[in-house]
Amino acid sequence: MTYIKPKFRHPGLPKNTLGYSRADYEGAISTLCAGCGHDSISGSIVQACYEMSIEPHRLAKVSGIGCSSKTPTYFLENSHGFNSVHGRMPSVTTGANMANRDLIYLGVSGDGDSASIGMGQFCHVIRRNINMTYIVMNNGCYGLTKGQDSATTDFGSVSKGGSKGLYQSIDLIGLALELGATFVARSFSGDKTQLIPLIKAAMSHPGFALLDVLSPCVTFNNNVGSTKSYDYVRDHIEATSVLDFVPEEEEITVSYPEGGSASVTLHDGSQLLLHKLSPHWDPTDRHSAVNRLQQAKKQGEILTGLLYIDPQSQDLHDIMGTYSKPLNSLQEEDLCPGSATLEKINASFR
Amino acid sequence: MTKASVVNDLVVRFANVNGTGSASANGFFSKAIFRMGIPVSPKNIFPSNIQGLPTWYEVRINENGYLGRRDDIDLLVGVNPHSLSQDIASVRSGGYFVYDSSKKLHGEFLREDIHYIGIPMMQLCMDNFEAPRQQQLFKNIVYVGALAALLDIEMEVIQGIIREQFARKEKLIPPNFLALDLGYQYARNHFECPLPIRVERRDKLGDQILIEGNAATALGALYAGATVAPWYPITPSTSVVKAFEDYAKKLRVDPETGQKKYAVIQAEDELAAMGMVIGATWNGARAFTATSGPGVSLMSEFIGLAYFAEIPVVLVNVQRGGPSTGMPTRTQQPDIFSSAYASHGDTKHVLLFPSTPAECFELTAEAFDLADRLQTPVILMSDLDLGMNDHLSPPLKWDDNRRYDRGKVYTAEDLEQIERYGRYLDIDGDGICYRTIPATHPTKGSFFTRGTSRNEYAQYTENGEVYVRIVDRINKKWETAKELVPPPVRYSDQHRSAEGVIFFGTSTYSALEAIDLLEQEGIVLDALRIRALPFNREVLDFIEQHERVFVIEQNRDAQFRSLLVNELEVSPKQLIKVLNYDGFPITADAIMTQIKSHLSVKTNGIR
Repeated sequence: MTYIKPKFRHPGLPKNTLGYSRADYEGAISTLCAGCGHDSISGSIVQACYEMSIEPHRLAKVSGIGCSSKTPTYFLENSHGFNSVHGRMPSVTTGANMANRDLIYLGVSGDGDSASIGMGQFCHVIRRNINMTYIVMNNGCYGLTKGQDSATTDFGSVSKGGSKGLYQSIDLIGLALELGATFVARSFSGDKTQLIPLIKAAMSHPGFALLDVLSPCVTFNNNVGSTKSYDYVRDHIEATSVLDFVPEEEEITVSYPEGGSASVTLHDGSQLLLHKLSPHWDPTDRHSAVNRLQQAKKQGEILTGLLYIDPQSQDLHDIMGTYSKPLNSLQEEDLCPGSATLEKINASFR
Repeated sequence: MTKASVVNDLVVRFANVNGTGSASANGFFSKAIFRMGIPVSPKNIFPSNIQGLPTWYEVRINENGYLGRRDDIDLLVGVNPHSLSQDIASVRSGGYFVYDSSKKLHGEFLREDIHYIGIPMMQLCMDNFEAPRQQQLFKNIVYVGALAALLDIEMEVIQGIIREQFARKEKLIPPNFLALDLGYQYARNHFECPLPIRVERRDKLGDQILIEGNAATALGALYAGATVAPWYPITPSTSVVKAFEDYAKKLRVDPETGQKKYAVIQAEDELAAMGMVIGATWNGARAFTATSGPGVSLMSEFIGLAYFAEIPVVLVNVQRGGPSTGMPTRTQQPDIFSSAYASHGDTKHVLLFPSTPAECFELTAEAFDLADRLQTPVILMSDLDLGMNDHLSPPLKWDDNRRYDRGKVYTAEDLEQIERYGRYLDIDGDGICYRTIPATHPTKGSFFTRGTSRNEYAQYTENGEVYVRIVDRINKKWETAKELVPPPVRYSDQHRSAEGVIFFGTSTYSALEAIDLLEQEGIVLDALRIRALPFNREVLDFIEQHERVFVIEQNRDAQFRSLLVNELEVSPKQLIKVLNYDGFPITADAIMTQIKSHLSVKTNGIR
């Protein structure tokens, strides 16, 4: 069932620059388990979109199949949404993006949806640098079919039933870096102060932005011995930086001690302020991001934060030289070459 | 042997080695016949290979316009040493075998009942050209020259074609002319030219064109306003999107900015290609993809989503021999079932069956209107024979007053008038609901698209009553579609016979020839060519008006016949299979033999 929330809004609620309150960015009541990490991520998406004053109808949300892929129903109800086929969210979003380059595309997937059945599409959407935000709600198990291991279940990680993970896990972040992703970040559903600015930055990035968000499954993968439980993640988390997202029109008020901070200006003029918590790492250098990730892995740390960004990113439309107006807005005059041209084509076949 | 001359009725086959440049020389030959105003039908019979394996090019020339494949080969040009014995055996008794006599033909290849015409192709080239690559390539032109003498093809016509072909590489024209003349003169000097089988200029073609079905399909998509074309390479569909992109580069680029008003994406597989089509059409663009049988299998899950979520999809299926990888470079019509009922659950899809390039163009354009109107997948059922071979065709036609039918789509103004929008509300009673495109209105008209069951307001539900209401309403569109899809073509108005013939697609060429030939033998058959699924009333009427109906198709299991039985609930006993599934296009001979075998049984039993 989809529960409808009451439409009543208190007139005194704070509003963003578009005149919308935070509630205007919410969706139907979640049907996920109480305490599910995914609901926290939904909340962060709502907060980020509200704070960025995104016009809800200018955003399209697309998902695959699974617990994670249900969440688009639970946020941004004034946006068109598409709950598609298991593992195929990337292709549907790619097609949608090709049809209209002007919208914001928010793809939601899970570790089963992306790292197993959808591994091929995950890799290829990265190669194409489609302008979209790709959120993986990563809980290391198949929640909707009652807790089977997924491809991100770590080797040796203990399941609720007591069995240990038999295979090496796939690190979507490392893979994305390898495949040339232009924005790569990891976060934790329980850390909204980190997650919200990351979502904002991802949505401002002109190209493919991956957010791998660890999101514990309270029902099937929150036990002792699991490497995706709340306790384990909290104990092993290692943030690379403290991030602030500053929209173009706002004045930069945050300041960090010299030397430890980096500022990245995005295409739309907004800025990312990074207070680096670990030295010898440059978020605009892919090589150093890969090294830092490998190092963290060796030390058993779960590295979070913005790991890599290419400020020069060009999305697929730019690379292909597509028309500046959305293709879905073109009419006969733009699209149909007409009968006189067809006569010439006929003549070429005589 | 008799010297009675046969004019404009022959089959010429070229036996070549793949990748030796024979394709363009063979193309010159067909084009020359075409430009002499004589009906011609060339067919590539090629291997799944790029270089080295045997390949054939078969040209039927027929003044009466019978252009289906015919088995008896009158003249064979055999330049592939590896297929020699097979090639020589394929010549009809009394026919001609043209070969490269630079080396003496081995005794085992000699047949008493055919004529041997040796042209020292390699030797002539060695004597006249220096570069080895040229010696190889011009060998092909030498045999075209020899054929010009042997069959009485007008040399000026061939020269004109060569001139056009090399308009941008003019220095290639003189050596081509030389090679052509070498063959021509040698044949004239050593054989009595022309042969008793020959061609003669006619004016039979009017404004017809000679074009591959796939090129016409691509143009249909371009004219219909397709902008997004994701695809994955698979023979024999690859040239559809290739041609779309080639024409789009010429016709869809903004002159000021150089920006493209189209997006072609080579996907990672057919699943992704179909996903992209669905994403693009969901978002309001016209999109399509082209594939063949294996691709349809891979796309099936997505096709079911599009059917249930009611998203327009245009899919071109250029069929080839299956199952599995089957005969990937040979023709068949074996995907009738897998396309009609693609996907799990209760699904059925609109199919369109073109039989000429002009219909590839028209029906592809029509497919976009139908998909938008019905909000469902529409599959164009072409095949390798139609798609990858040149066919004579009426010219492609476009009415400049034609507007795209984008179907029921609410605008922002429409939404302003509506109290509560329901994506799956059947307001008009035809089963088709109003959709909205993302970003239409800031606060109205958004909805959630899903492959799971939902109510009229696009909200998830597992209520059985609601589910039944929704799937029954979707089924209503099937009834609506019957009035919208192209009607069948009836070849005689009169009810002339108790027996009828039903066919579709590329079987048409040989079916019509067989019907004419049978009629000359006193066997009269009524004929109906089907162009679409769902079948409309006319198809049922035709079957009901006849005691027996022969169903001609090119697959083993008579899938189309089963489709008729299943969709129209007619008796299987009334429908008789006429089949061919060896990978070659069906012949009139095969059709006649099969039909006659049934008629004689009846004659013996009753009369």
